[in-house]
Amino acid sequence: MSNSDIALQMKDICKYFPGVKALDHVGFEVKKGEVHVLLGENGAGKSTLMKILSGVYPKDGGEIFLEGEPVEIHGVKEAQALGISIIHQELNMLTERDIAQNIFLGREPVKNKLNAVDTKKMYADSSALLQKLDIDLNPKTMIKDLSIAQQQMVEVVKALSIQTKILIMDEPTSSLTQKEIDRLFSIVRSLRDSGISIVYISHRMEEIFEIGDRVTVMRDGKYIDTVNVRETDMSRLISMMVGRTIDHLYSRTYHTPGEEALRTENLTGLRFRNVNISLHRGEIVGLAGLVGAGRTELVKAIFGYDPIDSGTILLNGKKVKRHSPKELVENGLVLIPEDRKNEGLVVQEPIKNNIVQASLRKLFKNHIVNKEIERKTAEKYHADLHIASSGIVQKVESLSGGNQQKVVLGKWLCTGCNVLIFDEPTRGIDVGAKAEIYELMNQLVGEGYAILMISSDQMELLGMSDRIYVMCEGEITGELSKEDATPALLLSYSIGKGGIESE
Amino acid sequence: MKRKVLSAVFKYSQLVILIVILIILSLTSKEFLTWDNISNVVMQQMPFMLIISMGMTLAILTKGIDLSIASNLALSSCVAAYFIKDGKVFLGILAAVVIGALVGAVNGVLITKARLEPFIATYTMDMVVRGLAYLFMSGTLFYGFSAGFCSIATGSVGPISNLLIISLLLFAVLFFALRKTTYGRSVYAIGCNINATRLSGINTGGVVFSIYVINGLLAAVTGLLYIARLNAAESTIGSDFTMQMMAATLIGGTSFSGGKGGIERTLLGVLIMVFIANGMNLNGVSSLLQDAVFGVFIVISLVIDKFGSKYSANL
Repeated sequence: MSNSDIALQMKDICKYFPGVKALDHVGFEVKKGEVHVLLGENGAGKSTLMKILSGVYPKDGGEIFLEGEPVEIHGVKEAQALGISIIHQELNMLTERDIAQNIFLGREPVKNKLNAVDTKKMYADSSALLQKLDIDLNPKTMIKDLSIAQQQMVEVVKALSIQTKILIMDEPTSSLTQKEIDRLFSIVRSLRDSGISIVYISHRMEEIFEIGDRVTVMRDGKYIDTVNVRETDMSRLISMMVGRTIDHLYSRTYHTPGEEALRTENLTGLRFRNVNISLHRGEIVGLAGLVGAGRTELVKAIFGYDPIDSGTILLNGKKVKRHSPKELVENGLVLIPEDRKNEGLVVQEPIKNNIVQASLRKLFKNHIVNKEIERKTAEKYHADLHIASSGIVQKVESLSGGNQQKVVLGKWLCTGCNVLIFDEPTRGIDVGAKAEIYELMNQLVGEGYAILMISSDQMELLGMSDRIYVMCEGEITGELSKEDATPALLLSYSIGKGGIESE
Repeated sequence: MKRKVLSAVFKYSQLVILIVILIILSLTSKEFLTWDNISNVVMQQMPFMLIISMGMTLAILTKGIDLSIASNLALSSCVAAYFIKDGKVFLGILAAVVIGALVGAVNGVLITKARLEPFIATYTMDMVVRGLAYLFMSGTLFYGFSAGFCSIATGSVGPISNLLIISLLLFAVLFFALRKTTYGRSVYAIGCNINATRLSGINTGGVVFSIYVINGLLAAVTGLLYIARLNAAESTIGSDFTMQMMAATLIGGTSFSGGKGGIERTLLGVLIMVFIANGMNLNGVSSLLQDAVFGVFIVISLVIDKFGSKYSANL
């Protein structure tokens, strides 16, 4: 390979955080005009490496070469000047400003000595950039009126407007629908074909094979290997990531369903209509559908967080009268939310506080927190769920996604619940921890718990569910047994076409 | 070792600041370190500020704020004075408590049911309540309370003033509630993340409502003590208290972003405030300059706090 092909070379990069060696002599190389996937579990060091490249963190050792020239990067502005842009997983946009104002934020074109903003030029340039990527949006549209996918595209446009040579995308698809992902990928491909190098960070294994040219795997702050995507397969990549072989991701033992745990009758709310579902003990029932189908809204309403307009909810055979999270938790129904950091956990507090949080009344009858009971309870779930941490006083914000999810689960199991609703149980969780979460879910239904699981991951739905309901535009459009369910069938129900494709 | 010492210094930076202030003041003024002066500050000045600042701290812990405490204090004590000046002490105290709680309850409903921002709800209530106090008093002054009523504030048990005893009792009750009970757990959790707390099945609306009612009650108690000591009531009482309460809370180290801090820190904040004011008076610093000094102190304590938490996080 000739040297002129290389866009970026990082050699022996080291980074220390207090008490942790975050990056240990990591090497990384990206060619011009390729999509290079950076793969690794949470905490493997991918984000740290990219933050060094984009000037967010200083490096503690090593060298960086851009097109063969050694460079020192001392800040985000310098990185941008060198042609390195990053699109963070959490988008950073001014939602109350329009597209053009966001694209040119801090770099507004000016027209005279008074530095008055040349708005005409700003909107014209924005239009041109949007057209170049074939994105049909008006630059005067407010960011808050855009979908997440459209916001992402604006971020791409913004990166292009600063002559980007290397574009880093950190989990860009984590909240997009399949259609939006396809659109984003076609944009990524056209960028690649115009000679821009793309570093693509993702957890979704399928995407690597769809979009990637080469893939570099990292583990525990170390470089493992770089391979051509065409010359590898999923199981090899997974074993490189986790350092061991995972035989089967989905572990399920099926049981004869017990008595009915949850039933809704003609449940209607803001984003869903006439929903009739039934869930039995010992069952995992999937809830499939596209993003925006109303699944999250439905379960939030069942849990009493959002109001319902009409219909009834029966929990363990009894009609739910007072409809609030407090009543439902007391009667055994709990929700493991999709957005676990904002809705599932108080991340600033230690593990122990979070575990007892929903059981304060049950554990402390006289309203006084008994430290000993608290410690014993927290230790129990900490051990039962194999939460990896330095101890129950560790703050939840410093745990990995998988361990945070286990804390949420511990919090609910502590209440003595019997019906669990999981909304995207493994979103943002690494493969190794995913397998553990699945194993826990399998154990729970074995012990007689009932589980309703929303998922946008078809493999997860098909691999874990006894039955699957499919939702489209607020209505249940189908119910499939595990024997009948196929990806094609799920999709056709999800887009409201019924079982047409199967007939 | 050095790190351990430094992080302890940051953790207790307010205590360090207080000690430094005490040392500086005893060096610059001969009168400072005398029993008369210290007991005057701690037993006569601090208790008022402590009681209402604890209320402010409670609101700030839940990511809220209560800007109506000072005017609530004025209205409830003026109505109380109306009865007390005619010898109806019990009725007066009852009226103050009911009004205090009622104003707090209105705040609570506006915040939890009408979903107004605490700042907006209590700011507008502040105007309404202060306006009612002006209307009720229409420029007059009530005075001449019974000696029995005044002795609530002026009396003492041995060398310890009633004011100090009452304020420390309230402190102990609130400290216990915040640090040892499930109620306290909910208060801190709400300050960190009200969504997750509500989704854990905790009645967050009820807890937030109770905070503002407690604030109203603390305002009424402070108002009663205040008029008992002055032996007079007027509608402008406490018009400069709001800023002082926020200053004490901030200097103490309770964060406006919620869920961090506590009334034990506010106790230190109040002590720092009253000693600085006392020291400036003793050293003949113009009262015109005092606000600026408080401002500088708030900034210094916030910077130390930020620096300290950054430092501790990197250990």
